[in-house]
Amino acid sequence: MLLYTIKRLLALIPTLLAASVLVFLFIHLIPGDPAAILLGDTATPEDVAALTREMGLDEPIWKQYALWLGNVLQGDLGTSVFFREPVLSVIGDGAETSILLATMTMFWIVLFGIPIGILSATKHGTWVDQMTSGGAMLFASVPTFWLGLYLILIFSVGLGWFPSSGFPSISDDGGLTNLRYLILPSLTLAAPNAALIIRLVRASMLDVSREDHVRTARAKGLHPAKVAIKHVFRNALIAVAAAFGFTFAALVSEAVVTETVFSLPGIGRLVVQSILRRDYPVIQGVILVIVVLYMIINLLVDLAYARLDPRVSLK
Amino acid sequence: MALLEVKDLEIAVAAGGALLPVVRGVSFSVDENETLGIVGESGCGKSLTSLAIMGLLEGSQLRLTGGSISFDGRELNSLSPNERRAIMGDQMAMIFQEPMTSLNPVYRIGDQIVETIRQHRDMSKRQASDRAVELLDLVRIPEPARRIDSFPHQMSGGQRQRVMIAMALACDPKLLIADEPTTALDVTVQKEVLDLMADLQTRMGTAIVLISHDLGVIAETCDKVAVMYRGKIVEAASAAALFANISHPYTRGLLNSIPVVDHDVEWLEAIPGRVPTIDETLPGCAFHPRCSMAEIRCSAEDPAPHDVATGHTVRCHFAGKGTV
Ligand SMILES: Nc1ncnc2c1ncn2[C@@H]1O[C@H](COP(=O)(O)OP(=O)(O)OP(=O)(O)O)[C@@H](O)[C@H]1O
Ligand SMILES: [Mg+2]
Repeated sequence: MLLYTIKRLLALIPTLLAASVLVFLFIHLIPGDPAAILLGDTATPEDVAALTREMGLDEPIWKQYALWLGNVLQGDLGTSVFFREPVLSVIGDGAETSILLATMTMFWIVLFGIPIGILSATKHGTWVDQMTSGGAMLFASVPTFWLGLYLILIFSVGLGWFPSSGFPSISDDGGLTNLRYLILPSLTLAAPNAALIIRLVRASMLDVSREDHVRTARAKGLHPAKVAIKHVFRNALIAVAAAFGFTFAALVSEAVVTETVFSLPGIGRLVVQSILRRDYPVIQGVILVIVVLYMIINLLVDLAYARLDPRVSLK
Repeated sequence: MALLEVKDLEIAVAAGGALLPVVRGVSFSVDENETLGIVGESGCGKSLTSLAIMGLLEGSQLRLTGGSISFDGRELNSLSPNERRAIMGDQMAMIFQEPMTSLNPVYRIGDQIVETIRQHRDMSKRQASDRAVELLDLVRIPEPARRIDSFPHQMSGGQRQRVMIAMALACDPKLLIADEPTTALDVTVQKEVLDLMADLQTRMGTAIVLISHDLGVIAETCDKVAVMYRGKIVEAASAAALFANISHPYTRGLLNSIPVVDHDVEWLEAIPGRVPTIDETLPGCAFHPRCSMAEIRCSAEDPAPHDVATGHTVRCHFAGKGTV
């Protein structure tokens, strides 16, 4: 297990290199001159040329890449063109919001997705199942921005229960009560993914419940609830765990939309704004961080998978 | 009164609003220390009959539509689900047809046996685990103390079936239902598993219902035999009486389709035709389309049970009228 983890972490390196090339090339293909955009409409061509030189954008692209990579290897992701601050600290500023948002979202996904999925499977074919399956289908197909706006309309504008935008750091005044700013965004983000988990838990539990060993469990005289949890759900979890990797990928892209809708100072919104500002160093830095996270999450999913299913051996 | 008495058992499959009968008026009884063999071709309702006794029909399209099952003096169909579950796995246990898939792949076999024990006995984990080792030893799994930590996929089919037997025996059941316990195993392992069951019966006096489609297996191991065809028992007797005087053409057909190894047979006489499907309606005797003795009467009139001797009942118009 440890050996496997080390191997997988080493395998991250070539993947990361490939990803960095792609990211770098991709960004430089976006039309628009960053120096001109930064300086605004009033800038003279001379100013633009000077800034272009200062940013090293007049060099050949391979040279720019080599320089950037060299710095990244030393832990320096460069300096934000817009903020004039190190990229790492720009990302760090957004990290608090995004990490808390992701944690709360995962909490909702597990809190709603798993019990409702189990309920739906055990009440399979009844009105309870039809309601939950129907609801899950609805939430899985609702676009994130639309749901976000509706939640704001109902719970912020209408009922006034939760704030509609922004997120003051929990180290500021208010402390943990500031988390209420994240309730609507995290629910928005959780809804489609929880719906996915509901459907997945239901479908894999129904699959497992037709397996022979479940009949053995019933023949032992176990209570149906015990059979459902210990024998059906436990085995269905193997398929569900595999899906959590995909959920993370979906979450990243949906987080971009959600943070924008709720004006949250997170990494998702940072990406969007940085693209608009042609703030190359920040975009590259964020994407690199996301790639690393994605690969680590997938590693964790594989480890969990091996834990859940004794037939899987890690090699 | 016998330990298990099944009377006029009727089971149907719900299909598109209709109920198609699959088990039609099956009756038999089994006593302590006795082995009843139920034999018949695939699809004749052997598994459904055993699942009904065990109480495992629930939750599918299968319905118990009639009859009674009395066990140890209690009518099972009148018990509450809780009372029923208290019997399952304790006084009555079952071994299934598919040893490869009948154990949960994610739990160690020891834990699966312990689960059964602790469901019915007030034992600590430690005690139950010791008991599991004992049971594995009883079913002749080598190094049982080490093997309780194995997962099912680390064992062969024969070993898994032994584990299933160990699990079934965990609470010293009065009745053991074995639904084709050896069909999925190769011949040498088959013999070992059957011997094991016979051995356990002598030791503990368990009543056994052994289901098989192999009349040879039945002949070797059973005290009583019931031959099923399309949901009905067509011939029933003590093993000795039945094999001495086979009285139903279907039983004869089954016997002729057993390969006799020491006779150097060139070909096997299989029963011609096939078992009619459950949604076909068939007037008269269900076997008549495949029967070499069939007359016009057989396609019109379903034969009533007829006693050819005391305790030897046959459903055939020709029963007791010459050899089949
Ligand atoms: N869950 C089910 N739903 C619908 N029909 C079923 C179901 N289970 C069994 N049947 C039908 O009921 C009939 C009897 O099935 P059963 O499993 O008892 O046969 P069997 O005698 O055990 O055969 P085999 O030797 O193949 O195990 C078959 O025709 C089968 O198709
Ligand atoms: Mg069967």
